[in-house]
Amino acid sequence: MNKINSKIPQGPLAKKWTNYKDHQKLVNPANKRRLDIIVVGTGLAGASAAATLGEQGFNVLNFCIQDSPRRAHSIAAQGGINAAKNYPNDGDSVYRLFYDTIKGGDYRAREANVYRLAEVSNNIIDQCVAQGVPFAREYGGLLDNRSFGGAQVSRTFYARGQTGQQLLLGAYSALSRAIQKKQVKLYTRHEMLDLVIIDGRARGIITRNLVTGKLERFAAHAVVIATGGYGNTFFLSTNAMNSNASAAWQCYKKGAYFANPCMTQIHPTCIPVHGEFQSKLTLMSESLRNDGRIWVPKKKEDAQAIREGKLKANDIKEEDRDYYLERRYPAFGNLVPRDVASRAAKERCDAGYGVGPTGLAVYLDFKEAIERLGKDVVEQKYGNLFQMYEKIVDENPYETPMMIYPAIHYTMGGIWVDYELMTSIPGLFAIGEANFSDHGANRLGASALMQGLADGYFILPYTIQNYLADQIQVPRFKTDRPEFDEAEKGINERIDRLMSIKGKHSVDHIHKELGHIMWEYVGMARDAEGLKVAIEKLQQLKKDFLTNLRIPGDKDSLNVELEKALRLQDFIELGELMAHDALDRNESCGGHFRTEFQTPDGEALRNDDEYAYVSCWEYQGEDKAPVMYKEPLDYEFVVRQQRNYKS
Amino acid sequence: MDKNINIKLRIWRQKGPKEKGGFENYELQNVSQGSSFLEMLDILNEKLINEGKDPVVFDHDCREGICGMCSLYINGHPHGPDEDVTTCQLHMRKFNDGDTITVEPWRSAGFPVIKDLMVDRSAFDKIIQAGGYISVNTGGVPDANAIPIPKEQADMAMDAAACIGCGACVAACKNGSAMLFVSAKVSQFALLPQGRVEAARRAKNMVAKMDELGFGNCTNTGACEVECPKNISISNIARLNREFLKAKFKD
Repeated sequence: MNKINSKIPQGPLAKKWTNYKDHQKLVNPANKRRLDIIVVGTGLAGASAAATLGEQGFNVLNFCIQDSPRRAHSIAAQGGINAAKNYPNDGDSVYRLFYDTIKGGDYRAREANVYRLAEVSNNIIDQCVAQGVPFAREYGGLLDNRSFGGAQVSRTFYARGQTGQQLLLGAYSALSRAIQKKQVKLYTRHEMLDLVIIDGRARGIITRNLVTGKLERFAAHAVVIATGGYGNTFFLSTNAMNSNASAAWQCYKKGAYFANPCMTQIHPTCIPVHGEFQSKLTLMSESLRNDGRIWVPKKKEDAQAIREGKLKANDIKEEDRDYYLERRYPAFGNLVPRDVASRAAKERCDAGYGVGPTGLAVYLDFKEAIERLGKDVVEQKYGNLFQMYEKIVDENPYETPMMIYPAIHYTMGGIWVDYELMTSIPGLFAIGEANFSDHGANRLGASALMQGLADGYFILPYTIQNYLADQIQVPRFKTDRPEFDEAEKGINERIDRLMSIKGKHSVDHIHKELGHIMWEYVGMARDAEGLKVAIEKLQQLKKDFLTNLRIPGDKDSLNVELEKALRLQDFIELGELMAHDALDRNESCGGHFRTEFQTPDGEALRNDDEYAYVSCWEYQGEDKAPVMYKEPLDYEFVVRQQRNYKS
Repeated sequence: MDKNINIKLRIWRQKGPKEKGGFENYELQNVSQGSSFLEMLDILNEKLINEGKDPVVFDHDCREGICGMCSLYINGHPHGPDEDVTTCQLHMRKFNDGDTITVEPWRSAGFPVIKDLMVDRSAFDKIIQAGGYISVNTGGVPDANAIPIPKEQADMAMDAAACIGCGACVAACKNGSAMLFVSAKVSQFALLPQGRVEAARRAKNMVAKMDELGFGNCTNTGACEVECPKNISISNIARLNREFLKAKFKD
């Protein structure tokens, strides 16, 4: 039986969203004041949603785990944000942005969602400019664009190498204004630990006040999850240290389906791992691939000599360099999508051509760009990235090529949502990276910012009203109801259990083990045998966690180790679900690469006949296997093709 | 070439906002100079946890120098001795074998200590809430290219907007003034046509809030600019003063 209803509106692709908006139910201003909405998270999606819903007149409660909403990890996005403005007059259109996104996602996203995303992309740029986001401009005073992977047009708007920061600060300023006007109430250093369901609908959350350690209860008519992705399952990723999947995971355990968990994105241009004590990986923006050329030595003996420190990158003559992306993909060259670029780097390194002390690195070279454009122009475009690289690696990228290697960056999977961004639990919504919806099996560069803001500014504030219109008669809930008691009791028991283990390993110690398992078996290349090993190892790790964990301090005050332990427990369980999902999907698509399924020249081999679906996992209880439902991806408008970036 | 070093640490420990704090001494052996300062603290905390002691509490998140969550007053400098970086991007190669490193929280009336090296910077949010925005609702805005903005203006606005709100300027200032932070936001908007409409109101409201929250006055020592990890210029403070005066004259 298929329990999945994606609620995609009827009609031609370009009319669906308009038709939806024309016919959806709305809530009148007087009633909005009587309705409470909880928004968890203050990144691009959360802050923009909270601000917009507050402006509309709803009573919004907004939560974040950091000391300020402005710290959310959207802030670290570097390269830019896509929109179909076609300002450069290079042939862009809403349809083309839609098509590139569907194709880049290897045909595993919903057509209707992606088209809507492309449609509202232009509004986002208008909105951000009106907020005072200082996008890069031409001398004529108009906005500048650059190109990004997976596209043949220049549609990316940017603010130096810190676009995410500027867009987030834009949303943060809108949020701050709503707070000032008492439309939004803000709770910082609060972490959601459970979802409260009353009569089958999401009606509240329990949070832990991270400063006092106290559990607190909040009720509302609807709950919105905007807590980002689960990249930190891998321990080492480009995510922030505190980025976690726990809010999403609690929703899953309360019955929300989790979709496509195996779809994780490996970013091709990160600074390589340098040692055991490393805490996180640093991204070098994809925009660098506009001007940087990626290469490894053509001769194995040269690569060997570089690894041993006998040769330097600049010693390798031009004819002895293998610009392997330009060689393999002449049409897109260094600007192939992320999954393709990542796998190509891994292929070269596995074949013995890798550089750096570990052999797990390739060069990203700006020599030609500096000759062509001049050092000044390169510095203007990428100065802050070059500076960041130099601070971390202690090498000057103007003089020697950067070393890069792929790392976990983004998760396309997430909480399943329908066209209205509502999860399988009525009244529970998920937006931004936390949901699964728009990127299919691979996200294109500069599309995460677009999706986060599209969901928060322009989609959820409409669709949530279609749900809330039925709720205007529902009075505010008190938090002394048994459903809240029970949820809080559950959390207390869980915390007490972890505190009482008093084992011998720190949270980080166990998290690193989780990371090793995930990267080895559920990483850039997977196979059935390895995934089965991963599942076994993860089940063992789950037991180790419950016997070996050590949390110092107590639960009734600020306790960072306890915070991390709760998140890690969820990551271990989520890791197992990722492995199950990867094992189920007997095909390669986008970021999910199964070595058994590849073309003779090593490209991902999709299986549209059997796997053109979204896998939606439903929790069945501890130590029970989850059940998977399939949402078929019937393409009405686009013909699926083997992705081709060669010609 | 990075090597391993032995270091001594003097770290401020304080159980809570109202408790009396003090320095504790620690030693670490074989710290790779390739590790970041916060990774060094991770190593220390791992050691403390293994010894059954309380780890040192400090704020941090992105570890890429952009979120503004990390702080730390290291050897007398906010974000440590390196230039133009936050603590998370400070690397141990800036220290030598045998060094004693003193680590303190931001110290300012505006930023009370929560625990150890973690402070409460919510005052910055309150200042932004007082006027650090352009009052537009979502939707109903003109096309992004409707108003051309000279590139120089846009670039200067971007320079000011690069502030990460970490609070190093306040920690560096002998008066505990938040003028660099406030002026960066006021400047960003004052330089853009979209922000001119409310420029006077914004300057007045943000300065009033800053005063109300216990931040000190600016006496032009310039320490904030020197210690700012993002190179925010004190010329922004001059611009804020102009905007503020203009607003007062209008009253």
